[in-house]
Amino acid sequence: MAIVETRKLTKVFKRGNVGAVNNVDLESREGEFLVLLGPSGSGKTTLLRMIAGLEEPTSGDILIGGRVVNDLTPRERGIAMVFQSYALYPHLTAFKNIVFPLKAQGIAKAERQKRADWAASLLGIKHLFQRKPRELSGGERQRVALARAIVREPSLFLLDEPLSNLDAKLRASAREELEQFQKRIGTTAIYVTHDQVEAMAMGDRVVVMSQGSVRQIGTPAVVYDEPADTFVATFLGSPPMNILPANGVIVGFRPEHFLPPGVAERLGEHVSYQFRVTHSEYLGAERILYGTMEGGAFNERKVISRIPATHGAEISDGNVYSFAVANRDLKFFDPKTEKRTAAARPPS
Amino acid sequence: MRQRWLGPAMFMPAILYIFALVGVPFVMAFVYSVSDVKIGSEGYHFVGLHNFTSVIDSPSFRQAVKNSFIFTISSQILVLIGANILALALRDAFPGRRFMRFLVLLPWVAPVSIGSIGWKWILDSVYSVVNWVLVRFHFVKEFDAPVWLGIPKLAIISVILVHTWHMLPFATVILLAGLTAIPRDIPEAAAVDGAGFFRTLFQITIPMMLPIINVAVLFGAIFTFTDMTVIYILTRGGPFDSTQVIPSLAFFTGILGSDLSEGAAISIFMVPLLVIVSYFMLRTAHRAEVT
Repeated sequence: MAIVETRKLTKVFKRGNVGAVNNVDLESREGEFLVLLGPSGSGKTTLLRMIAGLEEPTSGDILIGGRVVNDLTPRERGIAMVFQSYALYPHLTAFKNIVFPLKAQGIAKAERQKRADWAASLLGIKHLFQRKPRELSGGERQRVALARAIVREPSLFLLDEPLSNLDAKLRASAREELEQFQKRIGTTAIYVTHDQVEAMAMGDRVVVMSQGSVRQIGTPAVVYDEPADTFVATFLGSPPMNILPANGVIVGFRPEHFLPPGVAERLGEHVSYQFRVTHSEYLGAERILYGTMEGGAFNERKVISRIPATHGAEISDGNVYSFAVANRDLKFFDPKTEKRTAAARPPS
Repeated sequence: MRQRWLGPAMFMPAILYIFALVGVPFVMAFVYSVSDVKIGSEGYHFVGLHNFTSVIDSPSFRQAVKNSFIFTISSQILVLIGANILALALRDAFPGRRFMRFLVLLPWVAPVSIGSIGWKWILDSVYSVVNWVLVRFHFVKEFDAPVWLGIPKLAIISVILVHTWHMLPFATVILLAGLTAIPRDIPEAAAVDGAGFFRTLFQITIPMMLPIINVAVLFGAIFTFTDMTVIYILTRGGPFDSTQVIPSLAFFTGILGSDLSEGAAISIFMVPLLVIVSYFMLRTAHRAEVT
């Protein structure tokens, strides 16, 4: 049974306007880490807030554990949420923050203490119990917010960009820790982020959203390798997929599949293009080459290539090289709908 | 060098004002309270603490002290409860909220004397509109309607309610500012954590607003404790001193009764209490700045 399901879920903030969330059908699986990924304004947070009960849907249904919960208050839904700002109660100590949901449930004091100890030992924050939120660092606040979310042993765990307030270094370790943590407690989690690296690294499945609609749902590998449309293709990956319209079709290929002479030959069936490198970036582990196509169907189109720095090719700015893409790495999209279409013969 | 005199010149009016209208009378009150000065009398004779002992012995004064505390404490409690309810009601958007906010502010904007005169008529023994309604709906008999300002218990209740009516808008505006300063996430987190309306209100919202509530209460307490407008217009301290407070007694004794020295002595009794309240007010203001 799906822990969370949404059916044709729609939210329109101002009548007559385009919905912030449009007809979203979603189904999470037991114990899964589901990531809602999209740029800002894509409706992912609104979707999460509707599941939490903080926002009322305009139409459609939300089911939690098979039951329609549209009319239930957040408190009746038995969920836990970690906010982007952590939303810790500033006047309460970390301990009182953590036991607040238990107190609201009317759980006895001894049991409260036991559960708080359990949550704190999982997150290693027992020594912070007597501190107020303002005396905690960003990472510590995040742990206290997590502890507050898990003490109730919720059936569902909602996370709204919980890592975005941490500095880059801390974010990477917190990401891994959070992922491990979710696996250990085994609670279904829905995680909102605009960071594709977070989404790819943490998600069992990724829901890519844009302008209130779901563009694609799939494992990180599927959404990356088999994008359903040009939005998904360009939103995921950095630098994004090269999208080149020609002859009534859009051809897409990832920069890391656009390979220099000497490598392309080993790919089996492939197409070659003349690539003029205009400038390049050396990033340590890899090199990013920016340039344009020379001649052929894609004449003058901008393309990017990403090659490992270990590849010793002598490539200098301003010169033209014969780059190639394996046929299996070419994706085709319909120019009207921008949806993926069947493989076709690549324009050369 | 223009700057050298411009600064002092700009705040000179404020200094002058405070010196002439607050500082001088304040010192005069102390000077008079230990003398036998009356309006029209010549000369100044030091009489020590004679005025103070005579004031303490007077039943009117004891009644006024008691009333001052009843008046201040009960009106502040009512203001606090009312302002909290109004602030909560006016926080979230609804059609006509701006108009409602304007209406709520009106009693504060209108001069307190004019408002009080209106209330004097509303509570009048003969023309009271309140009584007219009560009679029409058969809550009271026509010739047995309550005399709001003529019966001691009703009179103090009336005075407290009218003063509350006047103070409510200001407290509401302060609390509304405190309420809107709470990030939206916090009550939402409480909702998801399973807290209902009252748990969120008493364990989250009000504790978070406490510094600003303190400011509203201390300010309101000082204002109420030293105010006599409503009482002067509605009851003149009567019936039988039942609504007499320290400032009104000081005024009646010192100015209308010509006994300047005793009036001064009465008003001096407010100083210790106001010093204490001011101390707490400055402390909370300071703390609010730090955190």
